[in-house]
Amino acid sequence: MAPTTFSVSAIRELFPALRQKVYGKQLIYFDNGATSQKPQVVLDTLQQYYALENANIHRGVHYLSQQATSAYEAARRTIQHYIGAKAPEEIIFTKGTTDGINLVAYSFGERLKPGDEILISAMEHHSNIVPWQLLCERKGCTLRVIPISKKGELDLHAFEELLSERTKLLAITHISNTLGTINPVKELIEKAHKVGAKVLLDGAQSIQHLSIDVKELNCDFYTFSGHKVFGPTGIGILYGKEELLDSMPPYQGGGDMIAKVTFERTTYNTLPLKFEAGTPHIAGAIGLGSAISFLQSIDMQAAAAHELELTKYAQGILDTFEGLHIIGEAKNKTSVVSFTIDHMHPFDIGTLLDKQGIAVRTGHHCTQPLMDFYQIPGTVRASFAFYNTKEEIDIFVAALERSMQILGA
Amino acid sequence: MTIQEKQQEIIDEFAIYDDWMDKYEYIIELGKSVPTLAPELKTKERLIEGCQSNVWLATELKDGKMHFSADSDAIITKGIIGLLIQVYNNESPAAILQSELFFINQIGLAEHLSPTRANGLLSMVKRMKTEALQSLAQ
Repeated sequence: MAPTTFSVSAIRELFPALRQKVYGKQLIYFDNGATSQKPQVVLDTLQQYYALENANIHRGVHYLSQQATSAYEAARRTIQHYIGAKAPEEIIFTKGTTDGINLVAYSFGERLKPGDEILISAMEHHSNIVPWQLLCERKGCTLRVIPISKKGELDLHAFEELLSERTKLLAITHISNTLGTINPVKELIEKAHKVGAKVLLDGAQSIQHLSIDVKELNCDFYTFSGHKVFGPTGIGILYGKEELLDSMPPYQGGGDMIAKVTFERTTYNTLPLKFEAGTPHIAGAIGLGSAISFLQSIDMQAAAAHELELTKYAQGILDTFEGLHIIGEAKNKTSVVSFTIDHMHPFDIGTLLDKQGIAVRTGHHCTQPLMDFYQIPGTVRASFAFYNTKEEIDIFVAALERSMQILGA
Repeated sequence: MTIQEKQQEIIDEFAIYDDWMDKYEYIIELGKSVPTLAPELKTKERLIEGCQSNVWLATELKDGKMHFSADSDAIITKGIIGLLIQVYNNESPAAILQSELFFINQIGLAEHLSPTRANGLLSMVKRMKTEALQSLAQ
């Protein structure tokens, strides 16, 4: 592996999107929680694939098909090694985090019975709520919710109270997209396993910030989206323990996932193809492999330290603003700063920041139950990636002041 | 003034602003000057829920003319509502139905009426037209 380095200015050079101006202003991209920008190497990989390597995979006898197949399977192994999975069979290509959760809800969900319980938390994204609600409706199971404190931390005492032999699955976010809270997943996983429950981690917000080792975490499923980790949209990963995935029925039927089809009986392909029906997003998978290789060239510890510094810096300044409330003050949190301002609507603040070249997210962030908990309509959320800088935060702060002035006057 | 002329008037007003922030400052001022809808009028039936901001629309037909009053929890949305009301108020249902809304595009606010914006404004315009149609049918 190439030696890892961390220099923000050098990294910024690799991201063409960061160089552009919007409304005549230098773009400041603080919406990384929604999606990350793409490094040139990922763009080149996609271009190269479509230009020269494009072919359908797995069944072709010709040269290009074999090239595409090896590139696709090499991407799977890159991702396998990056998250510490035991075997490539444990890495399923999906459309994204939501798709991965739905796969588990449908396939693993088949074994659930009336009275069984699924445990989630109050800080989940809608994608980690609705598939379980649908499953509960299908199977007569019950959805239980771990409450959180005002600071945005899980109530661990309540969690233990909620755990029982009825708990069949704990489906929980590793990092909250709205609050930035990093949940103590290792402890949660251990305790859930003690009652015999399986654990799914929603890794949509953790893969790009933390070093993930699924073996060490000992989670049963871990799912994430490619586009939030500097890769293409429309591709994601579901990691599952091999023996568990093996015991689950197929989710969708079609090409690639079969061994033999007759009208009387069809036998299914082995892992991981059993869960990859139809022509997959080949370019996306190869692009994601390239994004992960890119991450491997970066000192992720230094990157995480830089992101944390940005967060502390931004929070330190915003804390001094009168009427501004930071939502999500967990002790252990990632580079998300969500806030509300008295008498000002997040939509208005977001619109004015946009016109000053700053991309933030406003609204409920697909976490409406969480907004209900805080009794707010939404927040303004700035979420940083390792390519962001303190200078950008200074410009953001000045733009926010100006916006507040206009709205308050 | 016709709907056409009223729209042209707004376009002329906005022509003096070449800076985005000045334009929005003007919209925000307008938003602040639009009367708030009385709480009893903010009913569920009048609510147009958007993903980003909510809009309430109250309609009245008096002497064959439509009268709109509306409100929003976001001030920029409310400012644009002010402009829409300016254009459609005191017009006959037929005139509203026949009209084409072009000023929003011309003053560079098309994004606010895009289906992806989800601030309730597009639905509000649709509802204004639906209510005009219903008035015509009565």
